Parts: sequence; C-alpha cells; structure tokens
Amino acid sequence: MDGIAETPAPAIDPFDVGRPELYHKDAWRPVFEKLRADDPVYYCETGRSGPYWAITRYEDIVRVDSDPATFSSSHLLGGVTLEDKSNVTFMQMDPPQHTAKRKSVTPIVAPKSLAQMEVLIRDRAAKTLDALPRGEEFDWVDRVSIELTSMMLATLFGHPIEDRRTLVRWSDTITADLDDPDSPIRTEAQRGEVMREFYLSMLDIWKRRREEEPRFDIVSILAHDPDMRNAPVEEITGLFGLFLVGGNDTTRNSMSGGMWGFAQHPDEWRKLKADPKLLGNAVSEIIRYQTPVIYERRTALRDVEIAGKTIAKGDRVGMWYISGNRDESVFEDADSLKIDRPNARQHLSFGMGPHRCVGSRLAEMQLRVLWEEVLKRDLEIEVLEKPSYAFSNLVRSPTRLPVRIKA
Amino acid sequence: MKVTFEFSDSPEVVAEVNAGESLMRVALDHGIPGIYGDCGGQCACATCHIYIDAAWIDRIGTPEPGSTEEALLEGAPADVESNSRLACQVVLTDDLNGLVVRVPEGQ
Ligand code: HEM
Ligand code: FES
Repeated sequence: MDGIAETPAPAIDPFDVGRPELYHKDAWRPVFEKLRADDPVYYCETGRSGPYWAITRYEDIVRVDSDPATFSSSHLLGGVTLEDKSNVTFMQMDPPQHTAKRKSVTPIVAPKSLAQMEVLIRDRAAKTLDALPRGEEFDWVDRVSIELTSMMLATLFGHPIEDRRTLVRWSDTITADLDDPDSPIRTEAQRGEVMREFYLSMLDIWKRRREEEPRFDIVSILAHDPDMRNAPVEEITGLFGLFLVGGNDTTRNSMSGGMWGFAQHPDEWRKLKADPKLLGNAVSEIIRYQTPVIYERRTALRDVEIAGKTIAKGDRVGMWYISGNRDESVFEDADSLKIDRPNARQHLSFGMGPHRCVGSRLAEMQLRVLWEEVLKRDLEIEVLEKPSYAFSNLVRSPTRLPVRIKA
Repeated sequence: MKVTFEFSDSPEVVAEVNAGESLMRVALDHGIPGIYGDCGGQCACATCHIYIDAAWIDRIGTPEPGSTEEALLEGAPADVESNSRLACQVVLTDDLNGLVVRVPEGQ
C-alpha cells in the first residue's frame, strides 16, 4: 500500500443468484448446480437489496414454503420479494389472516368458473392459431403467448377485449425492473402513475359490477362477496394487482417455454402426437421445465437451522424454485423436458404450502387448451432462433421466440 | 381392508388396500381420479382434499384448529366442509375397514 486510499470496485459474488443478468443471459443453470452440490443454503452478503439466504434444494424449499410460522410473508417485514415492498394483499400475509382473505377469492377458480372460462378460452385459442401466418416467420411470444394470456386476463377482469393489450402494459410496468435498460419506466414515481391508471379503470368496472347481476369475472365475484363488498379501496385494488401480475407473465412464459421445450426435444413432441392422453402430464412438465416464477422470499421469524446453517431471526430467505425444479435427487435428467416424467406434478413452480398458487388450475387449463388446439390442427412449428429473456430475477420470461409454421 | 371412493358424476370405486398407508397414497395407487397429491404427502399442496363420510368422521377426527392442514383446506378451490380432510394426513388403520369417502368435484 502506498498510502493512497483506493476504493476497490465492489466484487461481484458469482453465487449471487438475485442478479437479473443471470436470467437475462440464461446463465443460471451451472450456478445453481454448484450451489445445490456444495452450499445448498447459501448466504449472499452482497445482494442488490441487501444480504439474503439462497435455498436451492427441493426438500429445503418445501420445508420453508410450508412453514409460515417460521418463515413469514408479511408485508410488515418486507413481503415476498428480495427488495422490501409494502404491497398489502393476502400474498403478503401469514395464516390465519391469509387464510380468511384467500378464501374469498377461491370461487374465481372453482370448477364451475373454470368450465365456463374453458369454452371462451378454447374459442379464442382456435381463432388465434387460425390467424397465424403460414410459411412465414413470426414471434410466438407476441402472436400466441401474449395474445392468449391477454384475452384470458380481459375475461378474468371483465375488461373490454379490444383493449386487452392495455392489461399487458399495466402488468409489465408494475413488474418492470428499473435496472433493465429496456424497462418501460425509469422511476418508482412513473410506476405509481401507471398503477393508478390501472386501479382507476378497475374501480370503474367495480362500481358497475356492484349494481349488476353476479357474473363470473373476478371483479364481479369480489363486488358480490359479503366481506369484500365494503372492504377498503386499497384492499380491492391490491387484489386486482395481484391477479393481474399473477396471471399474466406466468402463463405467458409457460406458453413460450413449452414451444421452446418441444423445439429442444422434438422426440417429446412426436410422443405427444402419438399419444395425446399424455397432455395432462406434459402440461405439468412444461411448467416445471420453464419455472415461470424464479423465487419467492420469506423473512425468518426466529433463529432456525437448515442444512447445518443457522438462519437468524429477521434474515431474508429466498426459495429458488428454479433450482428446486432442477434438483436431480427428485427429477432425473432435470434439464430435459420429458412429457411422461412420472413425478412431473411434484414441481415447485406453483410453490408449496398455504400460499401455493391460486390460479394453478386455470393456468394448466389454458396450456392444455392451447396444445390441444395445436394438435388438432397438426401444425408443424419450427423454432428459428433461441429465445431472448427478460431482465428480471423474479419471472423467467422469454421476450422473443421467432418461429415458422410449415405451409 | 376396503375403502370406497364416491364421485359426483361417476360410479363409486371400491379399493382393496393395506393398513399403514395414507389415504392419498392408496388413492394414487388405485388411479382414483381427482386426487393428485402434488406434494407427495407433505401437507403442502391441498390437492388431496376429500370428504369423509359422516359415519366415519368421528373416528378419523377433524384437523386441529390453527393447523397447517386446516389452513390448506380453507385455501383450496373446492368448498371446505366440516368433514373435509387432506387424504395424505389420514393414515389407514385396521379399524377403518369399510371407510367411505367422497372426492370433490374439482381441485
Ligand atoms: C403457470 C402459471 C403460474 C405460475 C407458475 C404461478 C406461480 C405462482 C407462485 C410461485 C406463487 C407463490 C406460491 C408460494 O408462495 O408458495 C403463486 C401465487 C399466486 N398466484 Fe400464481 N402462478 C401462475 C398462474 C396464476 C394465474 C393464472 C393466476 C390468477 C388467476 C395466479 C394467481 C396467484 C395468486 C392470487 C397467488 C397468491 C396466493 C397466496 O398467496 O395464497 N397465478 N403463483
Ligand atoms: S398430498 Fe399434498 S397436501 Fe396431501
């Protein structure tokens, strides 16, 4: 040292799995492989939003996710993302408060609503597929994944179908990562503005639905729920935000991920064509293979030991579903799509425990319908390039996937 | 021993099972539709929701108030009833021979 104080550039921890670049560049596989093998409960001190634990093995993830008395989702402690957020929905609550609130939304995905939605969803999937160009390159993400998901969202919210892409814009803005060079917004203030626009539009529909006969969209179901009818406005708008974001990117990503998966594993596509009864299991496998939600965060409520490490009260704990779904001790040859994988349904993509995804059956139904309609038309789809992925540590979101349907 | 699975829209299935296994496990082994067991029986997914026949519920019992099982049942898509249980949390014992359960319409 020669006396000149030098500030070294902050060292990048190669095992900081909270870096959005890792998913943007699709470079996460070897990092998690090493963590699972050598340090499955890893403390990252230099996270972008503070230190956190990375839980990377299947078994440990299930343990954390199903123990809300030790690992809290509470908004008072920062909620469910590594960045502390103060959103208040039942997703950021613990039982018993969580339980009661979640119950009021389950009718939205009750078997009867799903059966009604399926008819509409099938009709739209059919029209969307019939309108695709033949023998010409197009973007599967835009023309199929975003298109179908936005139609489902419009139905779910009772929003005008012609204006469905506005729902996508709202959702993408709400979840945008401000460090993303392509982010549609640059500041939290801009985010707030777009959220206000969404809320006002929804409250408008809400007021109308309260006066109308019950229908099966989420706004109507909540507007006629005795507990929710008179709930504070922030609670209502919070729920709309949760369903918008929860149902948008996730389902979209599985539609893109499935296409890419079949392109990588053409034998699996042939297998499905030969035996379409495998589709139910194939849908679960696609959702495992894609893992649309990369992680969820909890906060430790007490000192607790996992895999020989002591997690201290107050620590952030990330459950890396994307890694648990690649755990070879549970899923053999985990990087491959295998539509007849016997335990595909045991994937972690919907989480586990009391917060396990409310929309799982709706998501599975949409994917099943899409592939049923593709099979029915015997479309031969060729993927022309690797997908590009969003700059996000939360959703694994293909942003572009050029394909061509054989004429 | 025997367990009968009833459905709202199809004939009942009578399964010949062994004591010591969970109700979820025997349902999967017999290919009972509508019971998924996605978490492998760890009381973490609520995809094994069933209704226990009234004649049997006292012997089997209901979930502890405040338990994980209770929270999962409340948050599951099919309506929770006073005889709702998670099948993976019910272990078959010899005195349950003849048990009758109903599978919810969708879960
Ligand atoms: C393939 C598509 C989907 C995936 C991968 C997915 C994934 C997830 C995950 C990982 C969680 C958190 C689970 C946990 O903390 O243990 C979750 C919760 C949730 N999801 Fe989904 N989701 C999907 C589709 C949907 C759809 C279509 C909807 C809306 C209808 C939806 C609504 C929700 C809601 C409301 C929650 C909060 C549940 C709670 O905290 O109790 N999701 N989802
Ligand atoms: S199998 Fe998951 S809760 Fe019973």
